[in-house]
Amino acid sequence: MREREQIPGVLPASEQELRRRFLAEAHLVPGGDRISRCLQCGTCTGSCPVSYVMDISPRMVIALYRAGHIEEILRSRTIWICASCYMCTTRCPQAIKITDLLYALKRTALDAKLYPDRFPVYWLSKNFVRIVNRFGRNHEILLLLLYYLRRNPLGLLRLFPMGMALFRKGRVKLFPSKIKGVKTIREILRSAEALELPRDKQPVAYVEGMVGYRAVG
Amino acid sequence: MEYLYYPGCSLESSAKPYDESLRAVFRRLGLQLTELDDWNCCGATVYMSVDETTSLAITARNLALAEQNGNRDLIAPCSACYTVLLKTNRFLRDSPELKQKVDHILGGAGLKYNLTVKVRHPLDVLVNDIGLETIAQAAKRRLDGLTFASYYGCQIVRPERGFDDREFPTTMDKLFERLGAKSAYFPLKTRCCGGMLMTTFPEVCLGLVKDLLECAAENDAQCILTTCPMCQINLEAYQKRVNKMFGTSYQMPIVFFTQLLGLALGCGELELGLHRNLIGLRMPLPAAAA
Repeated sequence: MREREQIPGVLPASEQELRRRFLAEAHLVPGGDRISRCLQCGTCTGSCPVSYVMDISPRMVIALYRAGHIEEILRSRTIWICASCYMCTTRCPQAIKITDLLYALKRTALDAKLYPDRFPVYWLSKNFVRIVNRFGRNHEILLLLLYYLRRNPLGLLRLFPMGMALFRKGRVKLFPSKIKGVKTIREILRSAEALELPRDKQPVAYVEGMVGYRAVG
Repeated sequence: MEYLYYPGCSLESSAKPYDESLRAVFRRLGLQLTELDDWNCCGATVYMSVDETTSLAITARNLALAEQNGNRDLIAPCSACYTVLLKTNRFLRDSPELKQKVDHILGGAGLKYNLTVKVRHPLDVLVNDIGLETIAQAAKRRLDGLTFASYYGCQIVRPERGFDDREFPTTMDKLFERLGAKSAYFPLKTRCCGGMLMTTFPEVCLGLVKDLLECAAENDAQCILTTCPMCQINLEAYQKRVNKMFGTSYQMPIVFFTQLLGLALGCGELELGLHRNLIGLRMPLPAAAA
């Protein structure tokens, strides 16, 4: 922030880097560039079933992005609270893909390792991906176990009666099993990684028209 | 008619009754349902938040496998799978850049996807392919006297307009009204249940679930019909905690729509996995005709 005050109108280097990464992610969302059309009407915030517990509302996310405060967005709980119900996307009068853009922000956050304090929801995402990469399918018990053990081990005790009730009804699969084609999953991961590597080395072209009010009208 | 079936991870465990009842209903209607061999996780709402291209490629593996099975629609009963598979199709169609990348990645695993697979939800297939009349004729019993709240959840109708309205769908209401049941006034029919927030932010999610239960109960619904494994588990398994937190005493059965449809078609309770529900469906239904 101090740096910003020193040179008016110039983003600090860290913010410029976040912007570059976010734009690269948003660019990969078909229609992601429509973020520049935002009217700040607030329909997204009004439609969101969980905006009332967000520290930054969906409308403010776009305002902060425009104002050059991406780090503030990434440090908020907002992007990790979104439950992906797509109501904002459905109702946006400018057809902005808000949910998908929040996904792009989550990827930027994981990439830059910037998270909100005491709200490590990204563990769930990371563990989910680890399980799927390893077995080819998700395993509910393993996912919950990994998450709760780190976040809230006592919470497991509260879950126990419900887990037992489901178990008695035959609705718990105790052990994960690998799919036959787990090798193809590995191959997919390997070639995806090989493909993604150059992205970080090459500077992403600045996408004119995606930023701020310049693109409106 | 023949369909390919993509059960998804939940239907292997917590949503087993959904899998059982869906298969039972299709059997009764004489439709062939072939499980996609060696399918993998669709990535749900989560994988996309870690890496987009890999997420699309992992999902596209299923679509590539489905394509090898000829020209059959792929049925995905879980809302998350349905929406993610549809989204993958759409992203790959809309962005040549992503398509090229995913092609390259799949190629590395010896697979190829030509964007020809149609992803369908079983509710859409049953009502729009098979038709209400055919189902009504196949029904062995009426559902008279039953009032239900039809809860679609968020992801089978959004983000894109699919087979029904995105905010006020009526497909499920029409289906069960045709079979004699009464659809309760339930304006929260596409309101989000919170999904994974039950794990990450339970205080909030329990509130969302309470709103849904309250709305259904106040409008005299005897059960909530759902199309999604996530909604079912949040509304059923966490009902006790909702009651504890809000001082309520809900005992609302949360039933997969295929379970009730199966009852109407004369399937047995075991066949439909009704014994697996934590809160039993206790309403008196007219007996099945022989």
